[in-house]
Amino acid sequence: MLVDWLYVAVFGVVGVLLAVLPLAIVWLISPRGEYPQKLLTYESGVVPFGQAWSQFNVRYYLFSLAFVLFDVEVIYLYPWAIVFKELGAVAFMEMFVFLAILFLAFIYAWRKGALEWV
Amino acid sequence: MSWALEILKASLYAVIVFTFAAVFAAMLGVYLERKISGWIQARVGPKHVGPQGILQTVADTIKLLQKENIVPRNADFLVFSTAPLIVTVAALLGYVVIPWGKLGDWILIVRDLNIGVLYFAAVSSLIVIGILTGGWSSNNKYALLGGLRSASQLISYELPLGFAIISVAMMAGSLSTVDIVNAQRDVWFVFKQPLAFLIFLIAAAAETNRIPFDLPEAESELVAGYFAEYTGMRFALFQLGEYAEMLAMAAMTTVLFLGGWRGPWLPPILWFFIKTYAVVFFFMWVRWTYPRLRIDQLLNLSWKVLLPLGLLNILGTGLVVTLAR
Repeated sequence: MLVDWLYVAVFGVVGVLLAVLPLAIVWLISPRGEYPQKLLTYESGVVPFGQAWSQFNVRYYLFSLAFVLFDVEVIYLYPWAIVFKELGAVAFMEMFVFLAILFLAFIYAWRKGALEWV
Repeated sequence: MSWALEILKASLYAVIVFTFAAVFAAMLGVYLERKISGWIQARVGPKHVGPQGILQTVADTIKLLQKENIVPRNADFLVFSTAPLIVTVAALLGYVVIPWGKLGDWILIVRDLNIGVLYFAAVSSLIVIGILTGGWSSNNKYALLGGLRSASQLISYELPLGFAIISVAMMAGSLSTVDIVNAQRDVWFVFKQPLAFLIFLIAAAAETNRIPFDLPEAESELVAGYFAEYTGMRFALFQLGEYAEMLAMAAMTTVLFLGGWRGPWLPPILWFFIKTYAVVFFFMWVRWTYPRLRIDQLLNLSWKVLLPLGLLNILGTGLVVTLAR
């Protein structure tokens, strides 16, 4: 069991090393030359003004908020999906109630316009 | 001692899988993409390097190895350099649980995790972190927009993807990829769960940022989106991550719905690759046939169509399985 996750960890570490390897080769053999225009941010040829790190549309946050809600729901569904065959009709009814409540919340969010992109 | 041996074995597997992903997913994938797009658009595609241009992507890789790595002056250097690594490693991690086939009794899988498909969904969603940080750290307005779009798109389509996976897990009674393939001994799940299959395919295309869901890249409006500022090998790592993820998603479609390595006459490995590349071909076919969606259409499709459908599919599956017991 623990060995399984050892493999995953080794995959992560070796993956990083193997991805760094071509970057190291590039560092060794690539040409280098710096002048101000080259290090400029590319914005279709126009000299960029200001920073890109500024305020942006709040809608992206709204969707991530709705996502957190439903992602937690999905996490609860996983263990249920594995064992519900053994637990029988009671487990199914309980999950039905759980999903129905969430579905109501979903319809509420929909009606309130939280899922609209304006 | 045994731990050292296991680590050595795991490292060897990692090197093999990484090489496999680089050659079969990225190099062959890009070549196939260019050839198929050429075929669909009634032109020839790459032709000059090697027979039928098969060595074109090798030549491209060698070219990219000689390119300078430019970091824009305004970029956040540390985050800028880490982002491509996150994307590549996250795509690679998904390969741990893919069963490639069977030789006798030996199943060709790195590790048969008991929560295999959940693990796959979890690590493939790590890609969004790489894309978002890459877009943000470039300090480029196009890149930031691409990164933000990608964040909202990937998280929106993760939910339908999860619902489709859960419907399959309910039928198989397990989250291990090997058990799911074994559960399809008689009937493939694509016939028992056609709706989940459709949802999974659409969500998989969206998760891999492919047209009609390629808003994060959107060449014609955002230059190249989140990787607009990346050059040379860092750009190549993003490409590698993207194509590796596409092959992993196609392989997962095969495992979940198309019976994995099962099939008559031919050896199991061959069956797995035929099915996987058929799904890859489907993704490419869609890419070169449909135009890009608008962002409101994209989010509506996920939240107002796929999500309720996925939920109803789970309830329907639960009802049928409970009643049939």
